[in-house]
Amino acid sequence: MATVRTMPPIPVPPESFEARRNQYYSTRILKEMLGEVPQDALKLLGVTDKDLCIPILTYVFGEAQVGGTAAVVSLARLRQEHYGLTPDRPLLLERLRKECLHELGHTFGLVHCPSMDCVMHVSNTVVDVDTRGRDFCWGCQTVVASNTETERRG
Amino acid sequence: MTMEKKVNIMVVDDEEIVRTSLTGWLEEDGYHVEAVESGRKALERLPERDWDLMLVDLKMPGMDGIQLMDEVHKTAPELLVIIMTAYATVDTAVKAMKKGAYDYFVKPFNPDDISLTIRKIVDHHKLVQENLFLRKELKKQYKLRDMISKNEKMLEIFDLARTVAKSSSTVLIQGESGTGKELLARAIHDESPRMDAPFISVSCASLTESLLESELFGHEKGAFTGATALNRGKLELAQDGTLFLDEIGDISLKLQMDLLRVLEQKEFRRVGGSELIPINSRILAATNRDLAAAIAEERFRADLYYRLNVISIHIPPLRERREDIPLLVDHFIEKFNIEMGKEIRGISEGAVRILMGNDWPGNARELRNVIERAVVVAKGNIVTESDITLPSTTSDANHRTKSLEEIEMAHIRVVLNDNQWNIVRSAQALGIDRVTLYNKIKKFGLKKEGAPPKR
Repeated sequence: MATVRTMPPIPVPPESFEARRNQYYSTRILKEMLGEVPQDALKLLGVTDKDLCIPILTYVFGEAQVGGTAAVVSLARLRQEHYGLTPDRPLLLERLRKECLHELGHTFGLVHCPSMDCVMHVSNTVVDVDTRGRDFCWGCQTVVASNTETERRG
Repeated sequence: MTMEKKVNIMVVDDEEIVRTSLTGWLEEDGYHVEAVESGRKALERLPERDWDLMLVDLKMPGMDGIQLMDEVHKTAPELLVIIMTAYATVDTAVKAMKKGAYDYFVKPFNPDDISLTIRKIVDHHKLVQENLFLRKELKKQYKLRDMISKNEKMLEIFDLARTVAKSSSTVLIQGESGTGKELLARAIHDESPRMDAPFISVSCASLTESLLESELFGHEKGAFTGATALNRGKLELAQDGTLFLDEIGDISLKLQMDLLRVLEQKEFRRVGGSELIPINSRILAATNRDLAAAIAEERFRADLYYRLNVISIHIPPLRERREDIPLLVDHFIEKFNIEMGKEIRGISEGAVRILMGNDWPGNARELRNVIERAVVVAKGNIVTESDITLPSTTSDANHRTKSLEEIEMAHIRVVLNDNQWNIVRSAQALGIDRVTLYNKIKKFGLKKEGAPPKR
């Protein structure tokens, strides 16, 4: 069993701010986070309220290092308010849960899964996030388990 | 997690930040991505891999995106290129698409757009590959259009047919009736570059000489009584396509002469017409007669025979390829299920044994008719022995109502035909001497089928 520990908040690095787009460059946030990984931690997951992007894309829900240590997820576009709808806290939490699992999945070496029922299915819109499954499919689970084992031993 | 071949994507952009962020994002999708900073580097990397897609920045120092695309398409015309640009101008977009770009994206991209586009490309690519693979499988297996077989000789015929389809040579298809001569002719047409032009079939045996003449050559208005309008013949209708002359062994000597002229001069006149009409159709002919024997008896012109017989294909009778019977049975059951809306799932072992044991003088066509009847009468969803009714052969048909003399006559005729009217061999087969056989022939007034009246 993995244990989860919540760390004190880290400020978003100012150099990740893209003034022209009023968004934060997620890769720079990941870089900052890598300097904060505790000795005993296998993975570090960041959650932020800031709207994230990478230079080539208009937005991202989150970013992770495939097979790496750090992942970050943004709440900004998971909120119903972002789309002019009334706030829905349970829905927001469900979406956040899925996005966190998804980005963490990448850090365990997973790429997008063709199965709609798998949380690793690609999602570029909140509709995608809502329709895909909430857990890893059998195949992805196997990959996570075997990669965790090697990482722990390593 | 799928085990397919990874899709290879090359990113070409002079900005490092674009290269790294795009690479990382695409890798999350499971693609193999390599990024280079210039057109020159891209061209160097081109032969290293089987690239599926290139994402190319429009504005780069040195070679720009469109120049690079032009260069790439010189050696890899199939490679899909997406042009990326920071400057959204309709002009450059139009220019890029005209030059052969698959799509055009303005930076920064909407993740959904690019994701969907790449997925579409990959899916399309997969379908093309799968299609190619299946085509190859189908070809090396046991099918040629509507023909099906696993007999060695038949597979050789399928191969030969595919090869000759590419040419315009005349082909003579021989074989007993019901072996699929017309199906083969159709398959040759469908496999040929003429596939989009008409395939016209004429059954030469079913028409009288004058009817066949006007059927083939057409006639001008007023060419004969009843010719009230101009009528284009099959030769004209088959223009650029294929004309299939079935039962060519049955046409008169005069028509043989006319046909020979058409084959040699590639032009003809309508009946009653004076205008010479050039033809560019391919001629395929078929017969169930022994043309060599017909030539020996001067019933068929040797010169026409050699014209038609440029390539000769002989389809073996079904009794010489019994291994095809189960295959054909399944094929016909499937076909009639669709035609009749039935759901027959198979055939009982006993029924197969009956079918395998029959000699099928009417070949695959006869088998098809038997299966058609069986599918109609079958009560359950399996064809059983009781659903099979074999057609009675000529030698034992209604024998109870015939006199001994009639049966003797029928039997002698069958034996004579089987031995091409060779008297010595027929007499041997019948267990009588030559003189007795001659006397019987005279007594029963037997004549060789298709023989011209004695002069």
